[in-house]
Amino acid sequence: MGVVAFVRTASEPDEPPPIFSRGALAWMRANLFSSVTSSVFTLLFLALGLYLLPPLIEWATVKAVWTAPDGALCRLHQDGACWAFIARKIDYLSYGSYPESDYWRVILVEVLGAALIVWLLWPGAPGKRFGAWGFFLVYPIVSFVLLVGAPSLDLPHVDTLMWGGIFVSLVTALVGIVVSLPLGVLLALGRRSDLPAVRLASVIFIEFVRGVPFITVLFMANNMLPLFLPPGWEVDRFARPLVGIALFSAAYMAEEVRGGLQTLSRGQYEGAMALGLDYSHMMRLVVLPQALTLVIPGIVNNFIGLFKDTTLVAIVGVNDFLATMDNAFKDAVWSGPSLLATGYAFAAAFYFVFCYAMSSYSAGVEKRLAVGRRR
Amino acid sequence: MARSIVNDPRVRGLFYQVLLVVALAALFAFGWRNAVVNMEARGIPLGFSFWNEIAGFDINLSLIDYSALSTYGRAFWVGLLNTLLVAGISIVLATPLGFAVGVARLSPNWILSRLALGYVELMRNTPLLLQLLFWYNAVLKALPGPRQSLDAFGLVLLNNRGLYLPRPVFADGAWTILVAGGVGLVASVVFARWAKQRQDATGEQAPVGLVAAALILLPAVLAYFLAGRPVGFNYAALAGFNLRGGLQIFPEFAALVFGLVTYTAGFIAEIVRAGVLAVSHGQIEAASALGLKRGQSMKLIVVPQAMRLIIPPLTSQYLNIVKNSSLAVFIGYPDLVLIFAGTVLNQTHAAVQVMAITMGVYLAISLIIAAALNLFNARMALKER
Repeated sequence: MGVVAFVRTASEPDEPPPIFSRGALAWMRANLFSSVTSSVFTLLFLALGLYLLPPLIEWATVKAVWTAPDGALCRLHQDGACWAFIARKIDYLSYGSYPESDYWRVILVEVLGAALIVWLLWPGAPGKRFGAWGFFLVYPIVSFVLLVGAPSLDLPHVDTLMWGGIFVSLVTALVGIVVSLPLGVLLALGRRSDLPAVRLASVIFIEFVRGVPFITVLFMANNMLPLFLPPGWEVDRFARPLVGIALFSAAYMAEEVRGGLQTLSRGQYEGAMALGLDYSHMMRLVVLPQALTLVIPGIVNNFIGLFKDTTLVAIVGVNDFLATMDNAFKDAVWSGPSLLATGYAFAAAFYFVFCYAMSSYSAGVEKRLAVGRRR
Repeated sequence: MARSIVNDPRVRGLFYQVLLVVALAALFAFGWRNAVVNMEARGIPLGFSFWNEIAGFDINLSLIDYSALSTYGRAFWVGLLNTLLVAGISIVLATPLGFAVGVARLSPNWILSRLALGYVELMRNTPLLLQLLFWYNAVLKALPGPRQSLDAFGLVLLNNRGLYLPRPVFADGAWTILVAGGVGLVASVVFARWAKQRQDATGEQAPVGLVAAALILLPAVLAYFLAGRPVGFNYAALAGFNLRGGLQIFPEFAALVFGLVTYTAGFIAEIVRAGVLAVSHGQIEAASALGLKRGQSMKLIVVPQAMRLIIPPLTSQYLNIVKNSSLAVFIGYPDLVLIFAGTVLNQTHAAVQVMAITMGVYLAISLIIAAALNLFNARMALKER
């Protein structure tokens, strides 16, 4: 056999892939210019972005006033943010009127709380049982002693009237979390109970609280709590809204937990009963560990709502972060046209960082749970 | 035998329930007793007699006749109507915005879906109060004064005292327009029924929307001209240091509505997105196999199925709007909480009565909305055969 003229002996070099099926151009064609409408939108938003974004970034960076002793410079540079104001007021925004020499107490409480929360939320962290006891029992007592003060421990007393700023927002949210989770679990169990009186009491409480605005709960805690206690009993002005926020978020938490209890199959209950476990063992060892794991994303989403709701405590005279910001605005030394936008942008960034972190965590957990349950 | 009684679950259950009931009753009795003692000691009225007393304060926005000489009871109704007004308008506006953002989240266009995502994240991760304060203090209150109003063709004016729209002025004979429009509405309902029957029988479709628009608008426009143009508009204009005339929308109202709408739309968008994504992909593929276009398959196949999943959480967003409208208190919009649980409570000191009424109203609104949407939901639910 000789060489056959029409059979190739060597293959041709590879053609490059068509430019519209791989790489950046293909991505743009699929995601930005897939149709006429899509292209119009893309161009419209690009133009809008080019028009709006540069001034906004300039406002926050190049044209902003970063350091100044008072508002004169900010009034001069009206088209830029007045970050100097935030820098000057940051102590007040963080601690309110808490004595400066005692800031370490607040910082210690915040660091402890952060450490415990990370411990509890970190998937697979060791010794979570101790972490939970620490967070729900030891931590509140330690924080209370540290923040309020105990003369016997050489910690001077700091009245809650002096409290304010970011730390009050965090304390409010933490009290809400620490109280509402156990209480919410109890209420959820009560609502699912076989005992009609327990069920009725839980349903009435949950539906009542969920049916009214948080502000009215705060008003009630502030105006009516003193009326319901015997004459002479004084409730601290800061403690009243805390009672309100704890009860309020407990009702929402209860509904979240109830969802978890309902998704659990009946077989889990029956299996536990067949093993001879009584109610409390069944709940503690079989049902709740599974149900609570299922609803972690929902619980964290509830915390986000709770954290955002802490801003409302200002209405009953608590000096939370937003309230201190409002007070800081009133400082005549700083008054200027760029002040409000700066302050609100800073506050928004603060809340956004916290809430976004929580929602990312909850989305992550949701994804992980979905992997475990996928078949 | 004693052991078996202790271990009998029914006896135990009864025991716990009796314990709970006694404990709750004791708690209530304790609270009630203290409240009566405390209220008498402080001279707070125990009954509802304050309801018919003269309020003595003014309210700048009222849908019914109200003056400082009206009673506290009248003030309550003003507050309630203002709450319902702001909540109703916010619900009507937030729904389409939320649906639009939710659909934009699913758009194949990368920029559009990212923008929608950014919007949703920003709205959901910052407190509503912060947003309201921003719109009210940093945007609306920072607008120029009446003399330098922002002006859109002289029709719409915007300054730090509010938004001024043309106010329709009805002269004699304006009712004919309403009657003509009403007749058109009835006619278009009849036409829609006939079109549906014909489509069921023959499969032929009729342009129901176009016909209905024509049936309502044409008679109304005709009546407007025949009756000698009885509707005019009154425009706001500068008079001295302030604007006169027109329909003034107070900045408090505008900020509250705007804040509630943009905030809640972020939540509605996520609900819509989840609902649409939950519709099985086979449905969309089957729709395209039948030759339906993307828009058609959305409208006829996907959305009706998604609505079943969307409606329950949408209901709770509507309830949230009603409840969140109480944040009015922070920016001074005279809603139920500001007027009644605020001013009236401070003037009468009848904290228990006022709070009970206020919370009762919100509870009732919640229950009514929940019941209405449950009814609707039952009609939309999957009909299993």
